[in-house]
Amino acid sequence: MKKILITLALLAITAVTAQAGPEEDRMAFIKYYKAKFPSVPMEEYANGVYAIDPIGRENWEAIEEFPPYEPFIDAGQAMWEKPFANGKGYKDCFPDGPAMADKYPSWDKQQGMVVTLPLALNQCLEANGEKPLKYKKGPINNILAYVAFQSRGKVINVEVPKDDPRAMAAYEDGKKFYFTRRGQLNFSCASCHLQNAGLRVRTEILSPTVGHVTGWPVYRSKWGTVGTLHRRFSGCNNNIRAKALKAQGEEYRNLEYFLTAMSNGLELNGPSARK
Amino acid sequence: MKKTVRLVSTLVIIASAAWLTGCSGKPTTKEAPKAMAAQVDPAVVAEGKAIAVDRKKGNCLACHLIEDEPTPGNVGPPLLAMKARYPDKAKLRTQIWDATAANPESAMVPFGRLQVLSDAEIDKIVEYIWTL
Ligand code: HEC
Ligand code: HEC
Repeated sequence: MKKILITLALLAITAVTAQAGPEEDRMAFIKYYKAKFPSVPMEEYANGVYAIDPIGRENWEAIEEFPPYEPFIDAGQAMWEKPFANGKGYKDCFPDGPAMADKYPSWDKQQGMVVTLPLALNQCLEANGEKPLKYKKGPINNILAYVAFQSRGKVINVEVPKDDPRAMAAYEDGKKFYFTRRGQLNFSCASCHLQNAGLRVRTEILSPTVGHVTGWPVYRSKWGTVGTLHRRFSGCNNNIRAKALKAQGEEYRNLEYFLTAMSNGLELNGPSARK
Repeated sequence: MKKTVRLVSTLVIIASAAWLTGCSGKPTTKEAPKAMAAQVDPAVVAEGKAIAVDRKKGNCLACHLIEDEPTPGNVGPPLLAMKARYPDKAKLRTQIWDATAANPESAMVPFGRLQVLSDAEIDKIVEYIWTL
């Protein structure tokens, strides 16, 4: 077990030399979690902490009977269908329809950056003369909830294209972020969600990284509303007294790129509810 | 279940540590180790406790079980029988001041090194933890 953790830490260090591709990284993560949680089937990881927390799970299942995120899906559908001022709409930007969350995040060669779903939605708005939405709270969560709901069951399959070295660089950048300790409390994402996954910080069980991106946006009881993945990133950064970075800034987009690649093969199941 | 296993193994360690140092709460040798003889002001211990359990200060319970304290986490081992396990108080202080010195992979916050707590606060915590 410790050996695997060391291998994973080495992954972080040797990242620069870039022999280990995303698929090797993912296999290493899965090997580690499988050793830690031998009875948890792979597909369960899409349920986050509830895959490994039987007590929390009971509450969660009860909540899911009357999903608190439902009104947000409906509001998002209205947004999707309502034309912009210029008469066009989201439909024109995304002709294949709203079941498209599995297409993101992806490497955009032209822009030379990782494009996430919230970013693509805002680029659509801006291209049509509309004001972009805020990235953490508010209406962006409605449209995201609708797209997520329509995309349920699609399988995550992030690719890091080989024909553009900048794509691998972005992936490596996200990976490095994940393994780097920061903040006054000196934690990396890996300290909590890799090294100590399954253990408790006070009453909170730490969830595995595999499955971290499947269920967004998430209705959190603590927030009393639906919030984005990048809002959660800032939360986890604040908790360790590190400066939270800009939602949809380059660091968090690259982090999302890496995290999503670690969940390749899992089904999308957003929106979801968390305590 | 896991917790029980951890507790049991910790207790085994404690038992053997106590046996090794020949000290099980009450010193059995005629000459008590110096550290055990020293009396500490209960007010300092109380202050140490307050800092240790304060979520904005030590927040040790985030990761450690301390007997009779509510909602402990289990990222780190239970803090029990500390005198027996740390006959040398300075070692205990080092662990709290910078856990990554002994174990670079440690998840424990390096309270002193990163100035999460002041040296004076750490001294008080050490006195408190040593009573556990
Ligand atoms: C000090 C511990 C700690 C650190 C460091 C930390 N997290 Fe978390 N994180 C938590 C806790 C506690 C939760 C809530 C319980 C859970 O789902 O794990 C959480 C939840 C999450 C979730 C939500 C999972 C879900 O299914 O709802 C994501 C995503 C996440 N963290 C990502 C990160 C990333 C990325 C980093 C690094 C930038 C990070 N965390 C750093 C403690 C931490
Ligand atoms: C984020 C988690 C975390 C926090 C907060 C934390 N610790 Fe720890 N602690 C650990 C871990 C993990 C270990 C196991 C050894 C190691 O990795 O350094 C540990 C080990 C210890 C040990 C050695 C125990 C033994 O069995 O030898 C002592 C003593 C200790 N911690 C005291 C404290 C005190 C006092 C505080 C609060 C001021 C505290 N810890 C806060 C995670 C934590």
